[in-house]
Amino acid sequence: MGRAVTARVKLGLVADIPQGEGRSYHVDARNIAVFRTRDGRVFATQAKCPHRQGPLADGLLGSDSVVCPLHEKRFDLTSGCELGGGDCSLAVYKVHVDASELWVELP
Amino acid sequence: MLKEQLVVIGNGMAGARAVEEILAAGGAAQFEITMFGDEPYGNYNRILLSNVMNGSQDPTEIFLNSLPWYTENRIKLHAGTRVARIDRFAKVVYDQAGQGTPYDKLIIATGSSAMIPPIQGIYDDDGKLKRGVFGFRTLDDCNAIVEAARTAKVAAVIGGGLLGLEAARGLLTHGCEVHVVHLSERLMNQQLDGASGAMLLDAMKALGVQVHLSKHTTALRVEHGRVAGLDFKDGTSLPCDMVVVSAGIRPNVDLALAAGLTVERAIVTDNHMRSIDDHNIYVVGECAQHRGMVYGLVAPLWEQAKVLALHITRRDTSAQYLGSRLATKLKVMGVELASMGITEPVDEEDEVVTFAEPKRGTYKKLIVRKGRLAGAIMLGDLSKVGYLMQSFDRNTPLPDERLSLLFDIGAPAAKVTFDELSADAQICNCNGVSKAAIGDCVSAGKRTLKLVMGATRAGMGCGACKGMVSDLVDYFCGGQAEEDLTASYYVPCIPLSKRELIDVVRARGLRAVSAVFDALCDGVEDPMSKPALASLLAIVWKGEYEDERDARFINDRVHGNIQKDGTFSVIPEMPGGLTNAAELRRIADVVDKYHVPLVKLTGGQRIDLVGISKELLPDVWRDLAMPAGYAWGKSYRTCKSCIGVDYCRFGLGDSMGLAVEIERRFRGLDTPGKLKLATAGCPRNCSEALVKDVGVVAVEGGKWEIYIGGAAGSHIRKGDLLCTVDSWEAVLLLSGRFIQYYREHAKYKERTYVFVERLGIERLRALIVDDCDGLAAELDKAMQESTEATRDVWLERDAPKTPNQFRSILPVERSSVWGEP
Repeated sequence: MGRAVTARVKLGLVADIPQGEGRSYHVDARNIAVFRTRDGRVFATQAKCPHRQGPLADGLLGSDSVVCPLHEKRFDLTSGCELGGGDCSLAVYKVHVDASELWVELP
Repeated sequence: MLKEQLVVIGNGMAGARAVEEILAAGGAAQFEITMFGDEPYGNYNRILLSNVMNGSQDPTEIFLNSLPWYTENRIKLHAGTRVARIDRFAKVVYDQAGQGTPYDKLIIATGSSAMIPPIQGIYDDDGKLKRGVFGFRTLDDCNAIVEAARTAKVAAVIGGGLLGLEAARGLLTHGCEVHVVHLSERLMNQQLDGASGAMLLDAMKALGVQVHLSKHTTALRVEHGRVAGLDFKDGTSLPCDMVVVSAGIRPNVDLALAAGLTVERAIVTDNHMRSIDDHNIYVVGECAQHRGMVYGLVAPLWEQAKVLALHITRRDTSAQYLGSRLATKLKVMGVELASMGITEPVDEEDEVVTFAEPKRGTYKKLIVRKGRLAGAIMLGDLSKVGYLMQSFDRNTPLPDERLSLLFDIGAPAAKVTFDELSADAQICNCNGVSKAAIGDCVSAGKRTLKLVMGATRAGMGCGACKGMVSDLVDYFCGGQAEEDLTASYYVPCIPLSKRELIDVVRARGLRAVSAVFDALCDGVEDPMSKPALASLLAIVWKGEYEDERDARFINDRVHGNIQKDGTFSVIPEMPGGLTNAAELRRIADVVDKYHVPLVKLTGGQRIDLVGISKELLPDVWRDLAMPAGYAWGKSYRTCKSCIGVDYCRFGLGDSMGLAVEIERRFRGLDTPGKLKLATAGCPRNCSEALVKDVGVVAVEGGKWEIYIGGAAGSHIRKGDLLCTVDSWEAVLLLSGRFIQYYREHAKYKERTYVFVERLGIERLRALIVDDCDGLAAELDKAMQESTEATRDVWLERDAPKTPNQFRSILPVERSSVWGEP
């Protein structure tokens, strides 16, 4: 109890996610969304929009942000902060690509 | 120097404004600021809730201070945390979890709640409002009302004051029957007199709101656990299935009471906005009572916040708030009105000057006492209101010629009015922006309306003053206000109009959205611009368009309309609403096999299978064995029709056959906004062809009328008659030519009803029918190529376009998890 444990989880191959899109994964009793930008970076956030639980992985992806498909709430992928005036924010997770494999660190 | 601890209870408009003023007065160096907000949001503009309710603004647009604002200013925000207790002696506030926060100075800005009048049965046993009964104060209230209005048939609003009428306006847009129940004998009795109240009543009726005046609600009627109606004191009743209560406000004073502060109608303050009992506690906004007055409008709140800030920061310890003279200018139900001071003369010495033109909805009334303005009501025409409000506010003597107070006589009006307006006259009452502030902003180089609005926030509250701000910008620019360039850009990240962008895209051979970003934006992708660019490229390149699915909205990636729970709706093609036993049987089998939770006939005469998960889409399409209905995108949607000639006694033309031809020609076509079409077999228009983007109506003599730019959604407009033709071929050719012109020239998401109005039907007729610019051949060719390039996207069921196209959640191998200390 109380000790912070980080789990590293292999999600699969980065090619499972189409370029410029996101997909969700179910890990450790939670859902996370992973995004793969066209310039080859990856980001991970909580899977559902804090506003009305929209599926963020179905959102439109920009270079640094994602837009929820339900009500166009927009979030910065690095900080999780909502952009454009609102103040919902997302949990973000560390994610990286290692030899075409997608790994996420979960606190 | 050690900073003092400043705690603010309340993150509404008053609390946040007070903090903004404190920061502006240099308070950041003096205080560590902590704010507590009851609602789990940042600070939003409550005045605009009715816009959220009627859908004209998204909740995100009404936020005043975003999360980064708090962090940038080093303010610790506890959003969604309610303060439970103030310990004045230890100078600590405690939240509900018992967590204490010490303070040196405390600001109470707890605002107010909806006042719920004593109505029998309005509360549950646990003291909450009954299901189906709503207050109208918060974003949560607003969302709950919208949700309920979707299924409600009859909504009643208790209270015919400003907020009640705004709520009624919002409810109207959700399609329910709306009743306003008001205790007084006239609407907005605080601000209006009998004559102006009656004019507002007419305007409300014209909009379809039913008004019940002099009605005292005594009981809520509930049947089977649902709201069933209201009972009134006079023995009458009103059946309804939802109730919005907007009968005034009740200041939130419980915390102050428990802390032993003097509370009458609200927390009593001195002229520095401090509690009269405790000089370390300041009070601001709707929970403050100053000289016997409790203000529910924003303008007094701004003045209070300014005094509070100067005093608490010790920038000016003599700063005093001396009360506000109440003047409001607002737009209710589309009627512009202003009201200040008293509404009726008090004795015979009060001089009344009136002008009424009920037919045009214009009403002006001034009450003059000893040569000064004691009150005024203006409806419809607010051209003189700036001068009158200033003169009321300052209590300055009025000119002897009363006529000039009501009208601008001769001379160019605006200039005279703006010249005579003093520099500190407040233009935007929501955000407290003066004439001088707008002038300074223009002098600083911001010479467009948009820039000035962005910098000063003028016009960004209720929007009633936007026209005046625009005129003022122009006035300060000497009539040379600059056009806002970005307004003409097709997407905000590329400084080109649609026409220019099409030329660049063609010249440089940019066939994919990512290629456009690479070529024109240094590779930086703006997510909101992606679908607009995809639409444009599909229109330009037709079959050669490189369809990168990530540039498309989710609906266009999986070919269904996303629902609020993340599932999709499936609507197969059904031109003209024609179907047969075999199709219906297959649809029924699909419903059974996949346990489709909702089957619904659409407004476009089709069948909607709702609630299908992304994973099941390919199987559902395969079993349906029908083409896609394209009921999800910015594209040609459908063509509905009446029953035509074969059976109808009145039919003049084969509308069903034509609808099928139209659908076969245009299905799957990307368009700037969605296109909904209809054909009608006679001018009775059973298929509502007159309110469609393109509507075709059979008339006597084997002819067809083509109407364009009709709408019957959030906006209602009868289409304009483009031309009358005598064959199906001509219908397909000319409507196709119009659609192609619309595709090439309309802004993204611009519906035809805006586009047609913007260009004018005469201009469009000259272009499309008379071919005045010689474009016809090119448009027809482009349309032909575009229709040839479309295909049934549901065939992707067997050949997915991207990896995991129809999967929401991808599997994770369990063995790959490792823990690290």
